[in-house]
Amino acid sequence: MKPEDSRIATIEVLYFARLREAFGREREKIELPGNVQDVAGLTAWLRNRGETWARELAPGKPVRIAVNQDMAAADTPLGNGDEVAYFPPVTGG
Amino acid sequence: MTVRVQTGDFDVGAEMAAMRRGNPKIGAIASFVGVVRDLNEGADVAEMTLEHYPGMTEKALEKIVGEARARWDIYDALVVHRVGTLKPTDQIVLVVVASAHRGEAFQACEFLMDYLKTRAPFWKKEKTPEGGRWVDARSADDAAADRWS
Repeated sequence: MKPEDSRIATIEVLYFARLREAFGREREKIELPGNVQDVAGLTAWLRNRGETWARELAPGKPVRIAVNQDMAAADTPLGNGDEVAYFPPVTGG
Repeated sequence: MTVRVQTGDFDVGAEMAAMRRGNPKIGAIASFVGVVRDLNEGADVAEMTLEHYPGMTEKALEKIVGEARARWDIYDALVVHRVGTLKPTDQIVLVVVASAHRGEAFQACEFLMDYLKTRAPFWKKEKTPEGGRWVDARSADDAAADRWS
């Protein structure tokens, strides 16, 4: 009935460390809105969720993003089944 | 080459012995052990918890080891990183590199630590008398990694 359904892309988004605590979740499935095509678009969409999201993901905040377990850039494209992760700069070793 | 992420402790001597066993060409083994300190940025640290990104962390470490092998003539490399709750004096990380001569082993070992600290997804949260706090990334670590590029 709804031909656009076949084009709906679902991604899994993971959060680590400070961001996991701030957002109160480790992971979630998100149906990509039609206008979100890349990492920058997803981040902008997440910021609209509310104050905490807008603050933690504000431009200039040191947030790293990986797509399918490789470091990503703002223009890294997103598609169905992708695993996207948001996390602070790493502090291992 | 081997990369391991584990909650349990590691035995440096056993790991080094295993590496040199069976390869008489090895003439040098360099190792580095990172240890939990009881003081960081002015606060007493009672314990810390290390978090990682299962899957990506191992991939990132393997990539870093691959880069070391491409840069230096080394026979073997091992990275073991612990996660979970650790206390001061506990071992956190082990890097072992084997080569024919010491120069390659020393350099590759330092390179692996510098890259690990800036590129492998691990995060430390310290427990201090004031409560828990996430450790901030240090610009000195970025500078150390940049030396190799």
